[in-house]
Amino acid sequence: MAHDEKNERVVITGMGIVCPLGHDVETMWQAVLAGKSGAAKTTIFDASTFPTTFSSEVKDYDFTKFTRNSNLHKDGNRGSKFAIGAAAQACRQAGIDVETDKPADGIDRKRMGIYLGAGEGAANHEAFFGAIAAGWDKQANQMDWKKWADVAAVKMKAMHELEQEANMPAAHIAMLTGARGPSRSCLTACAASTQAVGEAMMMIRRGDADIMIAGGAHSMIHPLGITGFNRLTALSTRNDSPETASRPFSASRDGFVIGEGAAIVILESLRSAKKRKMKILAEVIGYGSSSDAFRVTDMHEDGRGAIQAIVWALADAGINSGDVDYINTHGTSTAENDSIETKAIKAVFKDKAKNIPASSVKSTLGHLIGAAGASELITCILAIRDNIVPPTMNLNDPDPQLDLDYVPNKPRKMQVDVAMKESFGFGGQNNVVIIRRFREN
Amino acid sequence: MNSTRVVITGLGAVSPLGLTVGDMWDGLCTGRCGISKITAFDPAGFSCKLAGQVPDYKIQQYVPKSYRKAVKLMSRDIELAVMAANEALTNSGLITKGIDPEKANVDPERIAINLGAGLISCDVIEMAPAVAASVADGKFDIRKWGKEGLELVTPLWLLKYLPNMLACHIGIIHDIEGPSNTITCAEVSGHIAIAEAAEIIARGNSDIALAGGAESKVSPVLIMRQCLIKRATSRHNDDGEGACRPFDAGASGSVFGDGGGIIVLENVDNAARRGAKIYAEMVGSGQSASINPAYEHIEPDGQGITIAIEKALAQANISPKDIDLIIPHGVGIPQDDIAEAKGIEAAMGLETKRIPVWPTKSMLSNTGAACGGLDVIAAVCAMRDGLIPAAKNCTKKAAGCNLNIVKETIKADIRYALCCGYTYGGQTAVVILRKFEN
Repeated sequence: MAHDEKNERVVITGMGIVCPLGHDVETMWQAVLAGKSGAAKTTIFDASTFPTTFSSEVKDYDFTKFTRNSNLHKDGNRGSKFAIGAAAQACRQAGIDVETDKPADGIDRKRMGIYLGAGEGAANHEAFFGAIAAGWDKQANQMDWKKWADVAAVKMKAMHELEQEANMPAAHIAMLTGARGPSRSCLTACAASTQAVGEAMMMIRRGDADIMIAGGAHSMIHPLGITGFNRLTALSTRNDSPETASRPFSASRDGFVIGEGAAIVILESLRSAKKRKMKILAEVIGYGSSSDAFRVTDMHEDGRGAIQAIVWALADAGINSGDVDYINTHGTSTAENDSIETKAIKAVFKDKAKNIPASSVKSTLGHLIGAAGASELITCILAIRDNIVPPTMNLNDPDPQLDLDYVPNKPRKMQVDVAMKESFGFGGQNNVVIIRRFREN
Repeated sequence: MNSTRVVITGLGAVSPLGLTVGDMWDGLCTGRCGISKITAFDPAGFSCKLAGQVPDYKIQQYVPKSYRKAVKLMSRDIELAVMAANEALTNSGLITKGIDPEKANVDPERIAINLGAGLISCDVIEMAPAVAASVADGKFDIRKWGKEGLELVTPLWLLKYLPNMLACHIGIIHDIEGPSNTITCAEVSGHIAIAEAAEIIARGNSDIALAGGAESKVSPVLIMRQCLIKRATSRHNDDGEGACRPFDAGASGSVFGDGGGIIVLENVDNAARRGAKIYAEMVGSGQSASINPAYEHIEPDGQGITIAIEKALAQANISPKDIDLIIPHGVGIPQDDIAEAKGIEAAMGLETKRIPVWPTKSMLSNTGAACGGLDVIAAVCAMRDGLIPAAKNCTKKAAGCNLNIVKETIKADIRYALCCGYTYGGQTAVVILRKFEN
């Protein structure tokens, strides 16, 4: 399909990131290659008594550095504010004028859209818990809704409530860029921003837009988010050593390390990129989406859905499995994901599987949930640019069952022309995007 | 919409007007109102005490025996989606694993699911014992929560509240292994999900797709949110029937509700091969965004809506002259209704006076992510029966609204119908349907 003459080729002309390892792409990349960890004691709220007391937070971030209209975005949730920084960087690189009524970049705003995998804004926890505590009648075991409402009506604030909606990061990017093309937000758990990039690519391919501002923005480092993941026993509880807790594919892995942030790529039709004389960072050549239809709690034990998404992405790209130089895994550091993902890669790549480097940058960044796929896709773009594969850190005690080349503990110089990004989400959401070094033919 | 034609072959609706498409259409035709005083919780302390509530149901009846244990993991949003999907698939004549595992005739890899969902609101009652256990000196104590309260939260709690769980449960019940997406663009989620599902079929990634959305807005947190943002009316608490007044001079805010509206979309060749009843064809969609500094409302001139309509018309390769019915978003919030009316007028030009406009939320209430699916189903029913029911509660048009709101039920041969949606935050989407012609 990618080779169909009727379809537009889709390239990447900009990228931006706000993440635990930095507020720009190069800082993040150097930290990832150096194997630094973003994880430390949680400071956003007092998590000291939670089963997991640490996380991979975005630190010292000031969104006002990225906008002249900070007043317009002041009520933005954490994800919205991260999105502003990531989008502003990506637009700058791609020569897209922001915050102006008279853009001089030659881009028709009706042909420029937005597609994010974005999550909720954090609840106002003081109000949320406070109203419940005020209204709950312990003896009667029932809620006095009048009491609940009296507290909620005072403590809940209108703009904070509005900013809990998942479409808000996209709203802020629209205000920043003036984008009037198709605007969508999806939330397919941990696979959301890979899906957003894939679907955005499809929009350009079929001609619905020339440019898509695509990626993800999310922060689940809030009391209810950590409560939820802790109850699912999905998070690492290695509280004495946060920076080594994310250890994908190792025998002692005990869960993922939650992170937060935003990552944006500018997708553009090759035609538009050439017309604007843009530097092309890579080409997006394939996308596959599938669902496990198995259990809401677990991945399919044989990786059925994951395999299908990889196979469909390869077919969509019109390449063979042997053409893939690098696999950027979902690699969460949970017992289940890492083992089933390994099985799925082996099922698709067969005897070649062990020869393809397959690393997890979640070992350094942590798991950015809705923003994970897009931030990891940026590391794929950089792997192609610099011909270097980022490492899987903390892999000192390999799981004997897991025998792929995970690029343990240090980056590897090698030729990378085709990179594949895998993302899998709770409920059996599987999304895969394949990118390639740009060449004319 | 590319070369592949995409048609609608199944309908499923759960709404404040009843548990089926038949109930909803009957209610809409007779001007029945699904809005009444909230019974899900005591609304005494809320400025808006009204909602559109789905009548009582037993979710077990909609779930195959083998999957009944999983209903305890279903929040109301998920239940509404499961019910609507069940009706849509049954209606389409497709036999999935969930309908009859012995006779299933759908290739799981060739069916997709694309739903709009809200951010499912936490069940306050479910959370209350854990919160109560975390109070120290009369105040909620986060340290006590981390140590004691958290342990009282049921282990799989989070899985009830992830928006993609609507699609995941339905996917498990009916064995849907193709592309799956969950659109979270608030009140326009359903419109977008339907548009994207049609795109997925058109590009060949599936032959069939379940599309639409479901949401329950009738929760204390979400109703309070809409009250605080001042989108919910506070003026009609004793008059549910007259509360939601889209495009009316007396409009004072929206009324929120719950529902699920899901359709079966299908590649036309696939539908023809199995002799399916074809309700309508999806011929165009368009999307844009409103850009407004006060982003709880859309921009006053409705430009984002105008652009979406123009794109959808272009994709359908038709002009405003061809449109026979518009179902607008029409929420009953004065400034948003006027903005939408202006946006539609700018796109439709001189045809504005002619085209019948039929808002449904005066009867269905504002069901968030469900409203796109419900409106598309209403449009299909109108097309099928050749009639447009009277709009309710628009007795005197608001100043600035030049739309032709349907006053009396009219007979009409509807060839093209347009459904328009938008949301706070600004996303806009338009879907155009055509009566099916071979």
